[in-house]
Amino acid sequence: MDNRLRLLRAERGWSQQDLAERLEVSRQSVNAIETGKYDPSLPLAFRIAELFDRPIEDIFVSPSRHSSKAI
Amino acid sequence: MARSTAWKRYNWRVVWLSLIYAAFLIAAVYGFKHAMIPAAFKYLVAVLPALPIIGIFGAMGRYLVEEQDEYVRMLMVRQTLWASAITLSLATIWGFLESFELVSHIDAYYVSVVWFGGLGLGACINRVMLGSPAAC
Repeated sequence: MDNRLRLLRAERGWSQQDLAERLEVSRQSVNAIETGKYDPSLPLAFRIAELFDRPIEDIFVSPSRHSSKAI
Repeated sequence: MARSTAWKRYNWRVVWLSLIYAAFLIAAVYGFKHAMIPAAFKYLVAVLPALPIIGIFGAMGRYLVEEQDEYVRMLMVRQTLWASAITLSLATIWGFLESFELVSHIDAYYVSVVWFGGLGLGACINRVMLGSPAAC
């Protein structure tokens, strides 16, 4: 799933490790989410959204909307 | 990569269970070799080395319950699925080959050995497919 996590993290000057510690997950989890290799669960997606104080859809691109735009 | 508390607990459990396995195996082999086991206890003593191995399967299940990092947990679930798929496939193939007397008999406990090997292979597959840095 496409997302703006890397951008939001960079805006705050956080490393992947910094973000991982704030989310209480491993750095490899942050990397997998940022690169779109892993879609987080809803609870983790909410934790990410709350950390950046933004709605989930500002961070994660809905796969259905993404594909309909492509069409 | 920093390992979680759940992973450290899992490793401790596996280390202890492996030591218990070695002790039970040595005791059982020694007992049977020197005909020291009373008939009534032979089945019990023969099964003893299997118990810590079953415990390791339990430790794996416990780890999956205790691991708080959902991505790492998913990687381990994938590893166990690969290990199970590889082991069941090989056991089925070997079973038919043995039925048609094309290969010799292998003791059934080797299924566990292959499964543990399959876990390592599963880590490699994760690395290739997901680029995860898990040991391979």
